[in-house]
Amino acid sequence: MDFGFNDEQGAIKETAREMLAKRSPLSKVREAAEARTYDDALWKEICELGWPGIAIAEEHGGQGLGMVELVILCEELGYACAASPFLSNALTGLVIDAAGSDEQRDRWLPGIASGEARGSMATTGDDPALVPDADGAAVIMLDPMSSPQLVEASDATIEPVELIDATRAYARVTAPAGDALEGDAPAGFQRGAVALAAELVGVAQRALDLAVDYAKERQQFGRPIGAYQAVSHRCAGMLYDTEEARSLTYYAAWCAGAEPESLPLASHMAKARASEAAWSVTNNALQVLGGIGFTWEHDLHFLLKRAKVGSELLGDARMHRERVAALAGLA
Amino acid sequence: MDLTLTPEEESFRDEVRTWLQENHPGDEPEGEEAKFEFRRAWQLKMHEAGWAGISWPKEYGGRGASLIEQAIFSEEMARSKAPSPANVLGLVMGGPVVIAHGSEDQKERFLEPILSAAEIWCQGFSEPESGSDLASLKTKAVRDNGGWRVSGQKVWTTYAHEAKWCMLLARTDTDAPKHKGLTYFICDMEQDGVEVRPLRQITGEAEFNEIFFEGAHVDDENLVGGEGNGWMVAITTLMHERAGLGAASAISVRRDLDELIAIINERGLGDDAVIRQRIAELKMGVEALRLGSLRALTQQMKVGIPGPEGSIAKWEWAMLNQKLTDLAADVLGPEALEPGAEWSYRLLRSRANSIEGGTTDVMKNIVAERVLGLPRLR
Repeated sequence: MDFGFNDEQGAIKETAREMLAKRSPLSKVREAAEARTYDDALWKEICELGWPGIAIAEEHGGQGLGMVELVILCEELGYACAASPFLSNALTGLVIDAAGSDEQRDRWLPGIASGEARGSMATTGDDPALVPDADGAAVIMLDPMSSPQLVEASDATIEPVELIDATRAYARVTAPAGDALEGDAPAGFQRGAVALAAELVGVAQRALDLAVDYAKERQQFGRPIGAYQAVSHRCAGMLYDTEEARSLTYYAAWCAGAEPESLPLASHMAKARASEAAWSVTNNALQVLGGIGFTWEHDLHFLLKRAKVGSELLGDARMHRERVAALAGLA
Repeated sequence: MDLTLTPEEESFRDEVRTWLQENHPGDEPEGEEAKFEFRRAWQLKMHEAGWAGISWPKEYGGRGASLIEQAIFSEEMARSKAPSPANVLGLVMGGPVVIAHGSEDQKERFLEPILSAAEIWCQGFSEPESGSDLASLKTKAVRDNGGWRVSGQKVWTTYAHEAKWCMLLARTDTDAPKHKGLTYFICDMEQDGVEVRPLRQITGEAEFNEIFFEGAHVDDENLVGGEGNGWMVAITTLMHERAGLGAASAISVRRDLDELIAIINERGLGDDAVIRQRIAELKMGVEALRLGSLRALTQQMKVGIPGPEGSIAKWEWAMLNQKLTDLAADVLGPEALEPGAEWSYRLLRSRANSIEGGTTDVMKNIVAERVLGLPRLR
């Protein structure tokens, strides 16, 4: 038994952390968010590294790795709060892979794997659904939870909407009935929820790091505020939340590949806990930062807003807890 | 990342499971004394099969099990509801101290009776004025013709009334800085200078004791790790005591949670939305505790030393037990409020979980200082 990353997984994490620190520092995130655009060069680099296809089979142009590797990337992209269409593309790939026919896989997965013909997916159950990164996608997955179907972007009406999270583009999409997926859509959806949970873990970790760094430097009453237990215990609580969410997310990612029968419960636990943790940790970070954390000038709000929106997509914490209760054996 | 057991680990688990099935002593008897003797006999049986000192090196009568094997063993013990061995403090603290810091004579003298539960050990660390700030303790040991004379008071001492030996942390140098002036002794409890008084708890029972030392004698040969090294000796073993305990405690909380879910279903309360959300929260907490412990264990196996992550596990465990019994009391209503009722006992007993073995507040200090690197306020 080894509940840690192997050498290859460790290397993926290192590479991602370094690349994103260089190419997507928070100053770049701010630029993209304030302009409500993405940095095309960043997406190009992500594609060159093969990240969009990390969990897609080699026969479809991917790297043929699994959910653990995808989760590593999602966590790092969350940590960077990177402005990119990575997540929606990955979600679409997961559902097509789990529920699509051979033909649907052959048709869409290569473009998703290379990032050249992106997918995007509805992440809410309302109508018209909220679809991240629909603009510029080649194919859009609608109703992934109830009656999954693929719509070519050219057949869809895409209305961009602005949410508080400006680090990601969102749209409302309406379309005539599309090409239905007949396979095991919940298995794809659950994998998607785990990927999003991982992003939220990364967001929480970044907010924790910002808060802890600040608590070590900021002096009041002649000492760093992190020396006061009111502050240090708050930070300890943030780590507690982040680590619980991380343990459940890694476990769910492992289940997806190695123990699929455990994935339903594991994925609902991961998304519920990560949703709570990301919102709670970013809020606590704001409290540690005090007034500066409430200013537009400080970067924390990008994380806080990403956390709130992410916690609502693909089912909020309440919905996932409800599933957990059912799977835990409540009648 | 691979959470499946290797074939070796699996066969180890099967061996433990089979042994427990075949040798499980059954339900514990009523009455504290009867219960203790029952557990003493159980430990002897475990020892005869080589399970008592699971983490101890083979040369000292242990099994030399890996950390993963220890975790598997603890999980199986919890799963089968096997009673704890009677001499648990000797096994997890006393013995490891003697093995790590004791002389050959001390190993020869003390280890075997710890394993067989022939000699029970207790831990004399906390004092009325020294709880979380343990190093400020005042119990004094002074040289006295070829040995030491001890005076002072210890408190929260589990099994003091059953114990032959006390792991005694006492001040031998009042001029040294507080962490430096302490020495670790093994003190004979069966002498006139030692008086044990039970402490009645809010549950009505008396698991803990106070010990009064009034000129108690300790032989020089029962000093462990050198004069003035008591803090280091005590701390190194506290660090090692938690291997696998997190995963095992998660299994036992999971069992309690399943019991509570069955009660909720029996009473037709399973469709209550608030109860469902609270059960989900507990379920997530239980699994996070188990998984976090396995992650920490993996980390410890890779880097060799246990990290402070055990402090998060201790904190999680206490909070879970308290929330779980809170929900049980809400579900059961007045039934859970009768003294002596199972869930009223659990409700009250779990209040101590965030205090015993290091308070949750101290756990937060450890996490803040040693994991997050925040400055200490001292």
